[in-house]
Order: sequence, then C-alpha cells, then structure tokens
Amino acid sequence: MKRILQGNEAIARGAWEAGVKVGCAYPGTPSSEIMAALSKFAEVYTEWSPNEKVAMEVGHGASLAGGRTIVCMKHVGLNVAADPFMTISYTGVKAGMVVAVADDPGQHSSQNEQDSRHWTRFGKVPMLEPADSQECSDFTRIAFDMSERFDTPVLVRSETRVSHCDSPVELRERNEAAVPVGLDKKDVPKMVMVPMYSRIRRILAEERIGKLAAYADDAFPFNSMEIGDPSVGFICSGVTYLYTKEVYPQYSFLKLGMPWPLPRKLIAEFFKKVKKVIVVEELDPFYETEIRAMGFKVRHGKDLIPAIGELTPTIIEQSLSKAVTGKRQKSRKPLVKTEDLPSRPPNMCAGCSHRPIFYALKKLKLFVFGDIGCYALAVAPPLSAMHASTCMGAGVGGAYGASKVLGKEGLGKVCAVLGDSTFLHSGITPLLDTVYNGGYSTTIILDNRITAMTGQQEHPGTGFTIQGEPAATVDYEKLAKAVGVRHVRVIDPYDIENSINVIREEVNRDEASVIITKNSPCILLRREKPKERFEYPSYRIDTELCTGCRICLQINCPAISWIPNPGRTKGGQKRKGTAFINKDQCVGCEVCAQVCEFEAIIPQGE
Amino acid sequence: MNETTRNIFLSGVGGQGTILASNILGQVLLNAGYDVKKAEVHGMAQRGGDVTTHFRFGEKVYSPLIKRGEVDYLVSFELLEALRYINWLKPEGKVILNNYSIFPPTVSLGKIQYPKDVFETFRKHFKNNVFLINGSDIARSLGNIQVANVVLLGALSDFFPNLNPDQWTHAIKEFLPARLHELNLKAFHEGRSACSPAVVGFR
Repeated sequence: MKRILQGNEAIARGAWEAGVKVGCAYPGTPSSEIMAALSKFAEVYTEWSPNEKVAMEVGHGASLAGGRTIVCMKHVGLNVAADPFMTISYTGVKAGMVVAVADDPGQHSSQNEQDSRHWTRFGKVPMLEPADSQECSDFTRIAFDMSERFDTPVLVRSETRVSHCDSPVELRERNEAAVPVGLDKKDVPKMVMVPMYSRIRRILAEERIGKLAAYADDAFPFNSMEIGDPSVGFICSGVTYLYTKEVYPQYSFLKLGMPWPLPRKLIAEFFKKVKKVIVVEELDPFYETEIRAMGFKVRHGKDLIPAIGELTPTIIEQSLSKAVTGKRQKSRKPLVKTEDLPSRPPNMCAGCSHRPIFYALKKLKLFVFGDIGCYALAVAPPLSAMHASTCMGAGVGGAYGASKVLGKEGLGKVCAVLGDSTFLHSGITPLLDTVYNGGYSTTIILDNRITAMTGQQEHPGTGFTIQGEPAATVDYEKLAKAVGVRHVRVIDPYDIENSINVIREEVNRDEASVIITKNSPCILLRREKPKERFEYPSYRIDTELCTGCRICLQINCPAISWIPNPGRTKGGQKRKGTAFINKDQCVGCEVCAQVCEFEAIIPQGE
Repeated sequence: MNETTRNIFLSGVGGQGTILASNILGQVLLNAGYDVKKAEVHGMAQRGGDVTTHFRFGEKVYSPLIKRGEVDYLVSFELLEALRYINWLKPEGKVILNNYSIFPPTVSLGKIQYPKDVFETFRKHFKNNVFLINGSDIARSLGNIQVANVVLLGALSDFFPNLNPDQWTHAIKEFLPARLHELNLKAFHEGRSACSPAVVGFR
C-alpha cells in the first residue's frame, strides 16, 4: 500500500520497518518530525533528549544493549553531538545505529548553512542521501543493515526539501531485528577508548572506510547509472538529482545514494560512457573535489553552480543552460517588480509572553545576549531588542564573558536571555561557570513551558514525555540555586513595570543572578490555556484619546497597525492618524495598554 | 520538462492552514492514481511569515519544487501573497484569489503601503483566468474563519472535472476529526460553487 508521507515521516517509517527499538532526538527544524512520527509506534521507545549529545550517547548505549537505534537532529545539532559521534565511529555498534541529520540550505530556520556531508569523511562513517520520501524509507532501512554489517554508525543526511517534502511511499511490515538484546562479553579493546586501544580502533576505522568503498561499488543498490544522451552526464545526489533530472531528463546521470565513501569503479565507468561530466551539488563541492582528486576530468561544477543557498530547478537551468545546450537561458520579463512588495518576516505571535520582556529590556537599554528560539524574533524592528545571538546556550556564556572584560563598568548593561528548552539544552554549564569563576551576569529564562519554535515539543521542564505521559519536571529556581546562584527571582512578564524594576536590580548586581518568567506559557500551547490568564478577550483603540504617538506600534504586535488619518483628539490635540487593533488577532494580553501613555487602549466593549 | 506534470502553487500567511489544504489535495490526487510531490517550509517561517507550498502531480514527478514561470494554478490565501508570486505563473495559468488581506509589519507601521488593486493587476495579465473568492468571509459566515482553507480547496476542485466531488469529500473526512466534518464539507461545497462563471470577477 502506498501513502503520502513527509520525508521525515518516511525516515521514521523506514526505521520502524527495520525493527528500531529506540529513538532519541532534540527537536530542530527541519528534523523535528522524525521523532514525533516515530513516537506514534508502540513498539519503539522514543524520547526528546535534553540535547543532541545526550541523544547520541543514549542511542549508543541502546545499540550496545542490542536495540536498533535512531538518533535525529538538525545540522547544528550534530555539532553538539560531535564529541560522542567521532568516537562511536571507533567503538562501533552492536545493533544498528543510524544518525539522521537534516541540513537547512538557504537557512529557512537556522543560524548557519553548514554542509553535513563533511561529517562523513571527517568521522570515517558512511553517509546515505535520500532524494524523496520513498528513498527516506528505503535508505533508512538499509542504513541499519549497513551499520551492523560494517560495525559503524551510519549517517542519513536529509535537508529541508527532503525532510519537508511529501511524496508516496510503499508501506512495509515491521521486521524485528536479528541482533539479540543483551550485553556482550567484556571487550575492553573495542569499547574502552583510552589511547592504547583507540589507536588500534583508529586503524580499524580507516580500514572500514576501504571496505565500505568496495561495498559502494559492488553491492550497494542505491548508486545508479542512467545512460541517456551521452553528450552530457550529471553526477548528483539527493534532491539535487531530482532538480537536475527535471530540467535535463534526456541526458545521462550517475546518482549517488551514498555520497561517501565514493564508488570509484562506477565513477570511472560513467566517465567512459559520457562525453562531458557536470557535477551538480548543493552547498560545498564535496564529491566534486574528491572526483577531481581521483584524476577524472570534471567539466563543470562549482564554477557554474552556486555554493551558497539552496538550489532549485530554476537556478540549475540558469546556471547550466549554456554549458549543456550551448544556449543561454532566456528569462521572461517579470509582470510585476515583486522585490518592491512589502516583505513579511516571521514575528512573535499576538499575546506572546516574550514581547513584554523585550520591551522592558529595550527600555533598560541593555546589551542583550540572545539565543536560539522564538525570542530571536525580537531582533526584528521596531522591537530591535537583541544584540548578539550565536547558538544554543551561547548567550549565558557570552554575557558572562563580556562581564569579565567590562568589570564594574559593565554592571547594569548586559544580560542573557534564553528559553526554557534552550536553557536545559546548553544553558546550565555556562551558568555554573559564572558562579564558579566569580563573574556577574543576569540570565533571564523565558519559561513558556514548551520547545516552541520547532512546533511544541516536550522537554524536561514541561512535565510530559514525548508520548504525553506525565514526567518529572525541572524546578528552575532550585536548579539555579543548586549550582550556586544566590539571587533567583520570578517575574510575571506581562507586568512590564515590575519586570523593569526586577531586571534593573539584578543586572546591577556584581554576581550571577537568574530571573525566571512564570505563568507565561506559549500562546499556542492549548494545554496550558494561555489566554485564560488575560482579563479581557481583546482590546481596542479609544479613537477619542489616541494621540497617534505610535508607541504601541513599537512592541511589534501583529494585531496593531497604523491608520493615517489626520485630525484631532477629543482634547483638541493634533494627530496624523491613530493606531488600530485587529479584533481577529488580538488575544487581550494588555501589553499595548500598558505601554500606552494616554489610556487610549481599552478593553473591547468598554 | 515532463509535459504531463501539473503545478499548483499555494501561498498565504503562516497560520492560514495552507498545509492542511495541500495534504488533502495530495491524498485526492494519489487516490486518483497520480504521482504527487509537494514541498513546504515549516518552522520559523510559520510565525506569521509568508508561507508557500509547491504542489506537483502527474504520471511521474521528479522535482518537488516548481520552476519559476511554470505554475498552472496559483491559489492564494492572501492578496499580497498572491502578488508576490505573480511572476511564477505560466501565461495561461489560472489564479484563485482569496479576497483577504493581512498587513505585514512594515505596512502596520505605516512605512509602506499595502499594494492596491491586486485583483485588477492579475486581471490585466491573466484576463478571465482570475477568480476572486471571498473565502475568509464565507468561512466566517460558516462560523470559523479558519476553514477558509477548505473553501479555497473547494474552489480549486472545480478546475478538475475528471475528479468527482466525492473523491474530495472522502479525503477531507480522512484528514479531519469527525466533529469537524460537517463544517468543512459545507466550506468545501461553498468554495466549489464560488468559482462558477456566474459569480467570478464580480468586483
């Protein structure tokens, strides 16, 4: 039976069919749906791990106990998990272990655009690269077999246009894995990576890549050659193959299901069969460089294909048209200059509990070390309340590092802001550093009770597991005190005046402090009934009182807009227009009413 | 280019329900025996940003992304988000416009004007292939503005005479919980009749 599955669902389906017993992940776009989908299968233990490093370690332990395991993350998540990953490559596995990593070319939802294919060569671990949902399922299944056969973790690399594309998948039955559950006999040289043993494993990892290269050439079923018109031959993999095939279906193709290690014999054969070889890759020239180094004459590659951003059939056609057909691609004259249209960047939701905090931080003129999450949207004008943002948890260490240079001069000037899930992912250790090494900095934890940006996943602070079962819940106050923070404050973020006072007090303190928002759930998190805390369902502008000062527009609420309409207030003050609140969008959070200096924002119906 | 492949482009604003609409569309066409591919971006872009779905079906579909200039049907949930993709249409492409505007921040702040005459611009270039639907008004009158997505799906369904209404309603039921069936089936039928020649281009 065929069903339409998203690439991520198909990876989960393939893992389930392969008899996977354990799945661990930290959510991250575009990878999050893999674990969400896998959690629906009763036969599999799944979890949201606190971060990707933990997920990798839990996954490895499960593999050693005889359970097939899949560990999932976005590209930057593999940076976090790199430490265990690079050494699991040496120890190998018992039951199959698959690491699914999803890249984000074009940075739709990421802080960088790294090409995860480099991990395969770097880690001496094979990588498979599916192009569509059917391949997501097929490649994940075979990855488990390869993992056991070659005693290695196997990377399955996806990307936004694979993970978040839907296409039909043939559904299969689940095959329970053949590896018995149980711990193996003590094997110290294989499993204990101290130098005397890891030196030996280092050699074996190198030999393994050689064996895998032979397998890629002789037995791996998903490296395929399609010989059509031999005047041009394309080498590509993943969704880039589909784009190129769409544009040039009549020519020849070498499609690499395994971009590393490369099938040398197959490549040599392809070069013999076709006249002019063009390597089409998204992001870095990964195998183009390797194929050139093998001594083959690649006619075109990154000299024509952009290395930055995602590829599309349009870009491939524009880049290659001259080289393939001899004619330059003519583009039609645009009907409308669409680049002049108003852009529509994402924004914090109406009623979001992050908005008033950033308004307070802006009022206090603090240098804000931000972090990864919805609150990064506070960077957008007119709120413009963020000064730095790097990676998960980086804000806490960043603010502390700044304090070490600024000394007393910096008191009252810096703070770190991050969400609950991000704090648990990577914020605890830098907080420990601040306390241990005697610095100052105020860490503000925006506790909205969920991993919000990636689509509402549970974490150790929400009280629920991935299956929705009740779970132990972190107490942020106790945790902060336990690592030695003496000043821990709790605030209601919707009370702006109080937030300003508390934050001012804490950022002026010459030691570590923590501020936690309470009763501030994500406005989309139905379970917590976020709108019930608001007194009125929505607000409106009292047009007799609105002076058109625009201060309410500064909070960047999607429900508030400007209506140009010159006139006067009831009191006779001249104005250029008034604010307007869209009732469909307003949820009654009252933040705009608090910032209005003229009492011109009042509950709907009054 | 595979000549039998048809391209549908959906555009709107995060939260308008484009993904549900494209999921139902996919099921209908798969059930009808077509190969189907669709691509959309999730995550950060969903927070009120512009969202698009590339939807392709045919005998054998390769790329999940449509080439610029190859869109057969542009279905837009919001007027500005329709105009943003006008250059993606084939000259003979068909356009279904939801007569509904959501101001982006730069417009809300009064810094830039929301484009005027979106419908007229489309009419100028695509003549009688432009269909203006009061999808959000219809949805609101049915009791929930969120079902505008299914109203628009109903409008689109009218362009596929070889698929009968049952195939669509069957898929709608498959994707939605029972308590939402009645509302969504009404929305679908309202949308399906909204495109009929008697009503199109009425303003």
